Amino acid sequence: MSALQYVHDQLTGKKDFPEFKPGDNITVNYKIIEGNKERIQSFKGDVIKRQGTGATATFTVRKISDGVGVERLFPFFSPNIESIVLNKTGRIRRSKLYYQRKRSGKSARIKEKRLIVEGVVTSG
Amino acid sequence: MKGIIGKKIGMTSIFDPTGRQTACTIIEAGPCVVTQVRTKDSDGYDALQLAFGDKNEKHSKKSETNHFAKASTSPKKFVKEFRDFSIEKNIGEAVTVDIFAEGESVDVIGTTKGKGFQGVIKRHGFHGVGGQSHGQHDRSRAPGSIGNSSDASRVMKGVRMAGRLGNDRVKLKNLTVVKIFPDKNYILISGSVPGHNGSIVLIQK
Repeated sequence: MSALQYVHDQLTGKKDFPEFKPGDNITVNYKIIEGNKERIQSFKGDVIKRQGTGATATFTVRKISDGVGVERLFPFFSPNIESIVLNKTGRIRRSKLYYQRKRSGKSARIKEKRLIVEGVVTSG
Repeated sequence: MKGIIGKKIGMTSIFDPTGRQTACTIIEAGPCVVTQVRTKDSDGYDALQLAFGDKNEKHSKKSETNHFAKASTSPKKFVKEFRDFSIEKNIGEAVTVDIFAEGESVDVIGTTKGKGFQGVIKRHGFHGVGGQSHGQHDRSRAPGSIGNSSDASRVMKGVRMAGRLGNDRVKLKNLTVVKIFPDKNYILISGSVPGHNGSIVLIQK
């Protein structure tokens, strides 16, 4: 095992988040410390970027808040991320969705990837 | 003083419980073997000679092999003296990362990455020619004037010019030891240390 991996495993360990990719819609539940109080804030949006490997990996979530685009970058192994919920998987063609920054309204939507599940028969 | 020889492994970052991310360098330090003890009586100064990194016996000279045999150890690649070592050690004994504690501030010595022949902007932090007008279309990274005119008729000594950059021995002072893994001989030091991955660094206090 490489030294980097060993140190990372010893200090941070694994995170049991659902697997998510750019284009997916996720909710990040993030711990916020105000004075000595702690509360959870959720940030829901599309993942437009996943970057880095190992302990330094980060991901960027973009959402439209009151008509203004807001992007937030989270370190993947931050102890302040309480949980991540995967809402939708997106159908996209590139790994960095920077083109979303120029778009608004209808064109900024990401198509949902629908998976064919064997054994499920839809009527019609 | 106390010190150890190590190998730079690479950089990573760790989180503290509040979520603050700190960049740090992993160094594989030691175990070093004490190969000679210099004393004031015999050598005029007190020092410990430490050796680190195994070397193929085929590639070591007989004088080297015998020198290391005195400390009953195999030939080593790197040998370094540390003056006035604060911990009492005898010949043949090992020096490990245990000599440092977490939270301690240490100095790290290494050789910076060689950058080759570089211009004055990279080498000395000159600002270059600002604009592209006044006939400056191809001189934006030039040094400009290097001195006076006829009243000197020469360039003063020490004028900063382009040249070789990097590959220098550098000591960084007061870096914090973030974490120690004694069973793997790893030591994590906050921030960056000189040199490329795999280069030899000295950690001392």
